[in-house]
Amino acid sequence: MSSENVRFTDFKSDKQPTWCPGCGDFGTMNGMMKALAETGNSPDDTFVVAGIGCSGKIGTYMRSYALHGVHGRALPVGTGVKLANPDLEVMVAGGDGDGYSIGAGHFIHAVRRNVDITYVVMDNRIYGLTKGQASPTSRSDFETSTSPDGPKQPPVNPLALAMAAGGSFIAQSFSSDALRHQEIVQEAIEHDGFSLVNTFSPCVTFNDVDTYDYFRDSLVDLSEDDDYDRHDYDQAKDAILDAGKEYLGVLYQDEDSTPYSEAHGVTENMAELPDGAPDGATDLVREFY
Amino acid sequence: MHDDLNWAIGGEAGDGIASTGKIFAQALSRAGRHVFTSKDFASRIRGGYTAYKVRTSVDQVQSVVDRLDILIALTERTVDENLDELHADSIIIYDGDRTEFADFESPAEVTGLDIPLKDLAEDAGGAIMRNIVALGAVCAVADFPIENLDESLEKRFSGKGEQIIENNKQAARLGAEYVAEEFEDVTLPYELETTDEDYVLLNGDEAIGMGAIAAGCRFYAGYPITPATDVMEYLTGRIEQFGGHVVQAEDELAAINLALGAARAGARSMTATSGPGIDLMSETFGLVATSETPLVIANVMRSGPSTGMPTKQEQGDLNMMLKGGHGEIPRFVVAPTSVAECFHKTVEAFNLAEKYQLPVYVTADLSMAVTERTYPPEEFDMDAVEIERGKLVDEDEISAWQNDTEQFRPHADTADGISPRAVPGTEGGVHMSTGLEHDELGRRTEDTDVRVDQVDKRYRKVDTAREREQFDYREFGDSDADNLVVSWGSNEGTIVEALEYLDGDDDPDIRVVSVPYIYPRPDLTDEVEAADDVVVVEANATGQFADVIEHDVLERVTRINNYTGVDFKADELAAEITESLA
Repeated sequence: MSSENVRFTDFKSDKQPTWCPGCGDFGTMNGMMKALAETGNSPDDTFVVAGIGCSGKIGTYMRSYALHGVHGRALPVGTGVKLANPDLEVMVAGGDGDGYSIGAGHFIHAVRRNVDITYVVMDNRIYGLTKGQASPTSRSDFETSTSPDGPKQPPVNPLALAMAAGGSFIAQSFSSDALRHQEIVQEAIEHDGFSLVNTFSPCVTFNDVDTYDYFRDSLVDLSEDDDYDRHDYDQAKDAILDAGKEYLGVLYQDEDSTPYSEAHGVTENMAELPDGAPDGATDLVREFY
Repeated sequence: MHDDLNWAIGGEAGDGIASTGKIFAQALSRAGRHVFTSKDFASRIRGGYTAYKVRTSVDQVQSVVDRLDILIALTERTVDENLDELHADSIIIYDGDRTEFADFESPAEVTGLDIPLKDLAEDAGGAIMRNIVALGAVCAVADFPIENLDESLEKRFSGKGEQIIENNKQAARLGAEYVAEEFEDVTLPYELETTDEDYVLLNGDEAIGMGAIAAGCRFYAGYPITPATDVMEYLTGRIEQFGGHVVQAEDELAAINLALGAARAGARSMTATSGPGIDLMSETFGLVATSETPLVIANVMRSGPSTGMPTKQEQGDLNMMLKGGHGEIPRFVVAPTSVAECFHKTVEAFNLAEKYQLPVYVTADLSMAVTERTYPPEEFDMDAVEIERGKLVDEDEISAWQNDTEQFRPHADTADGISPRAVPGTEGGVHMSTGLEHDELGRRTEDTDVRVDQVDKRYRKVDTAREREQFDYREFGDSDADNLVVSWGSNEGTIVEALEYLDGDDDPDIRVVSVPYIYPRPDLTDEVEAADDVVVVEANATGQFADVIEHDVLERVTRINNYTGVDFKADELAAEITESLA
C-alpha cells in the first residue's frame, strides 16, 4: 500500500470495540490512527504492541501488524520489533497498570534506551477491566473495592520517572481534546528517540473522580503559554514536579538526544537471511585455534 | 602408565587460575593434543578455592577422571581439595617461599617440587607472572617443548604489547630451567608428545553462540547469569559483524520479550539463561508458543532449586522445559550431548523453530557449558549449514492465505498444522496475534469449536515434525547387549569413557543410547522392552528423564479430555466413559 493514499480509516479493523460507551480509549485510538496516517505510515509498515487490560484491546481494533502481549511487557516487545526492523513504525500502547505498575521496571529502561518508538499510555487512573481497583496513578484518597479508604500512598508521576530516566520526549494529552491529542502523538512519532505520551483516557464506569469534566477544567495546555520552552530542562522539571497542576502538551523534548539505533549502529532490517551460514562464518572457527 | 595426563592449577578466585589454565589448554591443543577441561569454581570474585583442570591425550578425551598427575598448588588448600586424586606418581608444584607453605609437606609418596615462582617471576619482570613460571616448570616436568606455550601466550597477551609477551615467555623459560637444574635427580615419568594435528578448543557456551551466528541469528537479548553468560559474551562483538545485535536486558522478563519482538519482526532471535531465568521467562513462554513465534531459548542448567548451587552441575530443569508454564502448549526441547553438538543442535534449533513456528529450548548444562574440548576444525563445517525458514510467505504468495475479505490468516488451520508466516512490512500480510485464544486471523475467540481446532492445530505440528524430521538417538557400546543405559545431555562422553572400564570378562554387556531430542523424542519402547535391565543416567535427584522413558513405555490409561473451556456435563461424560470402556 502506498503511504500517500493512506487514510486514517485504513488503520481501523473490522472489529467493533467492546469498550464502554463513552470510554476515553475511543478518542485515544482515533488520535493514534490519525497521527499514523498523517505521518505517512501505512498498516503494512506499522507494528502496534498492546499490553493487557481495556487498553490492550487496541491491537484488535486497529489494523496493522500487531502483537497483544503479556501484562506489563509491551515495551520490551516493541523495542525488539524496532531493533530487528528499523523500517517499521512501532507504537506501543497500554494502560497505567501495564506501564507504571507491573511494567514499571521496563518503562524506565525503555526510556533510557531511547529506541525510536512511541509509547502511548492510556491513563485512566483505575483498573477498569477487573472492575475498579486502585491503579498506580490513582489518587491517595481514591476509594475502590481494594482500597476502601484510598491507597494512602502517592500516585506515580510517570513524567517524572521518564525525566529521571533521561527521557528525550515527554508529553501528556487528553483523549477528549482530539486535535491536540493527535498533534502530540504526531510529534511523538516524528521524534527521533523514545517518546512517552501519557494520555488521560477517562474510565466512565469506575472512576468518578478523574472524569472528563475534571480534566477539561484542570488541564493547562502548555502550547498556549508563550513563555514555556519545552527544550528547557529546568522549566520542564518544574512543570513535571508541580503537584498542583495537570499539564497538557509536550513538556520536554531533547531533539539532540542520540537514539539507540545511532548509538549502537543498528539500522538494518534483520529479517532477510541467506540460505546458509553468513559469509565469514568460518573465521569464527579459526578464532578457536 | 596411562595415555592421558591430568593436570590442574588451583588457588583462590582472583589468582588468575582460569586464564593460566586456558593458556596451557591452548598450548596443548596447538601442539596437536586433545584436551578436555573442567573447572571448580565458586560464586565469588575473590578468595575461596578455584581450580582449572586439563585432561589431555593424543586420543580423544571427553570426560574427567578421578586421577591427578600434575598439580600447581597456589594455596595449601588446593592440595587438600585434591588429595583423593593424587597418587604415587603425582607431582605438586608449589612456592615454598609463600608463608602459607612454610610448614608444608607433600602427601606421602607424592613428589613435591618447591619452586620460587614469585622470585623467578620478578626476575622476568613482575610477580604477576608466577603462574606462567609454574607453566614453564610443567613443560620441563612433562617433557613438553616450551615453544608450544609461546603462541598461546601471544594470543592471551596480544593487546598488552610486545614487552609483556616477551616477559611472559621469559618467565616460562625460567620455570623450566629451574626444574631442569634443581630437580635433576627427580624421576619425572611424564612425556607430552606432540602431533601435527590442528585442533580448535572451545566450550559449550561458545559453541552455542557460534551455532547461533552460523544459523543466521541476528538478535540476542539476555540477562547475565551463570553459567549462560558466556553465550552473551561470545556473541557481543561478533554478531554485529554479521548484521546482528545483542541487548543486555533489565531482567529475563524483558529479555524474552525483546527476543520475541525481534522474532515477530522476522529476525532469527534467541535468548540464553539458566534455571532462575527460565522461571521468569516462563511467564512469556506461553505467548511465544501460542502466537506461534519461532524463538530459540538456550537453557544452560545449573544446580537448583531457587539460587541452589549456581556454579555446580545439574540436569534438573527437564520437567520445567517440558511442562513449564500454565496451560498446555507444544514446545521442542533439544539437548546437545557434547560441546560440538551444542553447535550443531543450535543450528538445528533455529530451523526447527521457523519450520514449526514455536519456541525451541536448546539445553546444555553447566559442565558442558564451561568445559572446553578440542575438535578438528572440520567438525564445524559452515558450508554444511542450511537455513530452512519454513512457511515464510512473500507478497506474491499472500493472496493464497487471505480470507474472502482479504485478511491474512496467520493461524490458518492447515493439514500439517503449520500456518503461513508473513513478516511485518509484507504488503497484504497485515495481522495481529495474541496470547488470548484466537481464531485463524489471530483475534480473540471463546468459540469452543475454534478453541479446539487451534489447540489441535498446534499439537498437529508435533505430529508433522515427527513425520518429517529425524529425531534419532546416538548409540554406543554393543548394540546387541542385554542391558540398556540411557542418557541425555552432557553425560554421553563420560558414559562412553566409562565403557572402557567395563570391558572385562565379568563386566556386563551394555548398549548405550544417548538422546539429544527430548521433545519430540525417539520412541524407545522397543529398545526398553528388548533389554533385560534399563538404567537411566542423569545428573539430578529424581530421574526426570527416567520418568519420561517410563511414561512412554506405559500404555494402560484411556484418556478423556475436555479443553473446550466448558465444564464436563454429567450425561455426556457418562456416555464418553461407556464408550471408552467398550
